[in-house]
Amino acid sequence: MSSVAVIDYGMGNLHSIAKALQHAAPEVDVQIVSDADAILQADRVVFPGVGAIRDCMQALNQSGLSAVIQSVAKTKPLLGICLGMQALLTDSEENDNTSGLGIVSGHVVRFSDALMDSHGNNLKIPHMGWNQVHQRPHPLWDKIPQDSRFYFVHSYYAKPDDTSAVAATTEYPDAFACALAQDNVFAVQFHPEKSQAVGLQLLNNFLHWDGQV
Amino acid sequence: MSLAKRIIPCLDVDNGRVVKGVKFVDIRDAGDPVEVARRYDREGADEITFLDITATHDNRDTLVHVVEQVASEVFIPLTVGGGIRTLDDIRRMLNAGADKVGINSAAVFNPEFIREAAQRFGSQCIVVAMDAKKVSQPGEADRWEIFTHGGRKATGIEAIGWAKKMVDLGAGEILLTSMDRDGTREGFDLPLTRAISEAVTVPVIASGGVGNLDHLADGVIEGKADAVLAASIFHFAEYTIQQAKEHMAARGIEMRL
Repeated sequence: MSSVAVIDYGMGNLHSIAKALQHAAPEVDVQIVSDADAILQADRVVFPGVGAIRDCMQALNQSGLSAVIQSVAKTKPLLGICLGMQALLTDSEENDNTSGLGIVSGHVVRFSDALMDSHGNNLKIPHMGWNQVHQRPHPLWDKIPQDSRFYFVHSYYAKPDDTSAVAATTEYPDAFACALAQDNVFAVQFHPEKSQAVGLQLLNNFLHWDGQV
Repeated sequence: MSLAKRIIPCLDVDNGRVVKGVKFVDIRDAGDPVEVARRYDREGADEITFLDITATHDNRDTLVHVVEQVASEVFIPLTVGGGIRTLDDIRRMLNAGADKVGINSAAVFNPEFIREAAQRFGSQCIVVAMDAKKVSQPGEADRWEIFTHGGRKATGIEAIGWAKKMVDLGAGEILLTSMDRDGTREGFDLPLTRAISEAVTVPVIASGGVGNLDHLADGVIEGKADAVLAASIFHFAEYTIQQAKEHMAARGIEMRL
């Protein structure tokens, strides 16, 4: 039986993601863990997160989990979700510039105020709801139709330095990187655990991914 | 390609059952909340909201179990509102599997509660529910004020300023209910919805008064709402969520179909 560790570092509720992983692949052993050894022993690792980046990085640095995630990022399939994606980058504008884990080179920036849609309506921040995800080829999109809608809720987004790390884009109103891929690391800004059938399919794909592209 | 507008069915829960009344009286039974939530998920609901209409101790326990059960098999965002007064209330609902909580009168009694809640749990899960009623006379400039206790108790608080204040304190979304329209099936209060939606930077959910599918579309097109919430038109199977989405899409609204 393969196992997946959901990293618990005290940021938000992990039951939703654990339940969704279990639902997506009942044969997988899903564990919510904060212990470094347990994370390092799992076959795959999910790095979730909600809230503010500074609290997130403080929790990771104080618990020593930063080094654990950096190690996982070199060795086995790792899925970052929402703030767990943003924390992979070099730094974020949020909370007066916060250093991230630096696993993916690039920055996290805020949507600018006064964005407008094509009808001249103000776009709301946070970007909240179901938006289309335009894929670039990657095994984690297997069996997911191109431009499927996933559920988003965020005010900041990733800008990787190397655009070849972009695994998908979403428009709000301009295209931004809503998924990143770098070797055995995959990360999404949206919430697969809240994106119904397509979200469960993505989680299922991750739970069967060997980390190769 | 753009962000879809959302349809959010609302389940008013009392004593473990989904109920729906007209202006909080004439309560009709509409089924088991877990069953109803499953059906809405299958029909393509974008989110589901549970409202604890009595907020008694027993009803709260019941609702926690309902949310736990729904969250283990329905993978779309879930919101729980009604009687959320403390950080512990919020934590309990999030731990049960809710993604957001709706806070109503507790914000009126103590606006700082919204700041504390947003700081602790993040703005993304703090929905401020506001019940507004028109207080201006015909011929006067429109003015709406906030009411509590199911629309019975006036607070004298002006609604647009209130919405802005809630966003400043950390609300991530506004659930706006017109108490003039709630349960009437006459459609949303569109001028109110538009005024609030244009005044704040966060998404606004229109609520109160939906009687047919055009009302939902009007809420988005004329009311500028980011999401529309309705209860009775879906509970009694007058319309499915899918029909509602197709109708809205036919009127040119971006939907998740």
